[in-house]
Amino acid sequence: MELRGAACGYDGSPPVLSGLELTVERGGFVGLLGPSGAGKTTLLRTLLGAARLFEGEALVEGRSVRERKPRVGYVPQLEAIDWRFPVTVEQVALMGRAAENWAFPWHRKSDKQAAFGMMERLGIAGLAKRHIRELSGGQQQRVFLARALASSPRLLLLDEPVMGVDIKTRDDALHLLHDLNHQGVTIIMTTHEINAVAAHLPRVVCLNESVVADGPPREALTPATLKRTYGADLRVIEHEGMTLVTESPHRFGAAAHSRRNGGGDAGAV
Amino acid sequence: MLEPFEYDFFVRGAAAATLAGGLCGLIGVYVVLRRMAYVGHGLSHAIFGGAVVSYALSVNFFLGASAWGFASAMLINLAARKRKIGEDAAIGVVTTASFALGVAIISRFQTFTRSFDAALFGNILAVGGGDVLAIAAVSAAAAVGVFVGYKRILFTTFDPETAGFYGVPTAWVDALFSLTLAAVIVVSLQTLGVTMIAAAIVIPPVTARLLTNDFNRMTLLSTGIGAGCGLGGVYASWHLDIASGPSVVLVSASAFLAALAWSALRDKLAASAWRSRDRT
Repeated sequence: MELRGAACGYDGSPPVLSGLELTVERGGFVGLLGPSGAGKTTLLRTLLGAARLFEGEALVEGRSVRERKPRVGYVPQLEAIDWRFPVTVEQVALMGRAAENWAFPWHRKSDKQAAFGMMERLGIAGLAKRHIRELSGGQQQRVFLARALASSPRLLLLDEPVMGVDIKTRDDALHLLHDLNHQGVTIIMTTHEINAVAAHLPRVVCLNESVVADGPPREALTPATLKRTYGADLRVIEHEGMTLVTESPHRFGAAAHSRRNGGGDAGAV
Repeated sequence: MLEPFEYDFFVRGAAAATLAGGLCGLIGVYVVLRRMAYVGHGLSHAIFGGAVVSYALSVNFFLGASAWGFASAMLINLAARKRKIGEDAAIGVVTTASFALGVAIISRFQTFTRSFDAALFGNILAVGGGDVLAIAAVSAAAAVGVFVGYKRILFTTFDPETAGFYGVPTAWVDALFSLTLAAVIVVSLQTLGVTMIAAAIVIPPVTARLLTNDFNRMTLLSTGIGAGCGLGGVYASWHLDIASGPSVVLVSASAFLAALAWSALRDKLAASAWRSRDRT
């Protein structure tokens, strides 16, 4: 996947991202970080051929997305899903094969094998007949991952795959993506979970209207790049080989101690 | 009890209402799940305008009104794609303008008034053999279309944007869906009436949704409920001496209330079963 001097966005609005220079080699695993509105989802949509490319070029597997929309696995944000829709886990997974065997109105044996194989691999085969709303957040994420993987993509794009899930589910999901990446799937995902990405992913790209930083977490996540990305003063700590980003704590304890001793800024609230 | 079936016109009307009800129930599943109920309502009004124009220009009613309905649906899609105009507003503009055109033509040529009463409220007396054939043909085409396009239509209905990313030709699916919806409304016009069609499209799938969580079962149930309510509605209209359209809708509404009560009872029983399992 390659973006060369790309400016992208939507009709009727100025470009969301500009001057994009980014290459992800086959087998890469990249996390896109940035504040809300920074252009993370727009970058994914550009690769899907769903956003407007104002200038530059976007190539997926060497072909311009302008020429033909690429066939990639895509997992949308779970909050965009209509959970009241009457579909089972099995039906959603099979959607990944909807464009295959187009001459046949029904799913062929090979389609079912692909979908069920993926459901088994992701540990949700036992839930095949369940309605999607009846599942936990982690299981729901796996259903949409199964749909994406059932189409046998070489490039997998995930929009906020670990949003709103608990820490165990998040950890499991990222380990699962890691395993898939080791099996040869190129993965690009957006997220707000800086520390999770720093712990699991070999490469992060910080975005804010353009690429602010790009590289391994230890190199890309510095106070300076985080300031340029988020506009906030964040601390970066190295702990047991992990890069951790922390917020600046309020000094409630120190202020209270100072007031008790009659000193300092007694009038402060 | 079977007295009305001794009359040919009633048998024709009953056949038309059963087929139209089932057809509206089938297509209604997609209308409801795509949250397009307002489109069904608006399109029926737009097609009324098309029907009047076809009549005024002596164009075949089915062809003229279907083409008008399809063009209206496409116009709504086009207007809704403009980010500054929502789909609901686009429907409001296109369909009301079309309906107004129909009313304007009727008021200019008073002789039309009587003919279009049936189109507004439905009248089984106005159903001819050709109407029944037209409904049967559209029903067969819609059933084949839904079967052949099943996996692509399901994906497009569930998650239209992602379906496009997976190679499903969503623009084609949408266009064919709009064409089918327009044809369904046109052939159902005489039996159900412009003002009642929206309910015939929405109530059966909503009723079926209360009874099942499975898409395939919902489709079959909705078609069956629509057909049953169509037949029950014209039968009731005979005995109550009311227009067929409102009668079909009232029977459908009764089925919806029964399903709502059953669904509430089922949830209550399930909750009490869980509580007793917890205690043991």
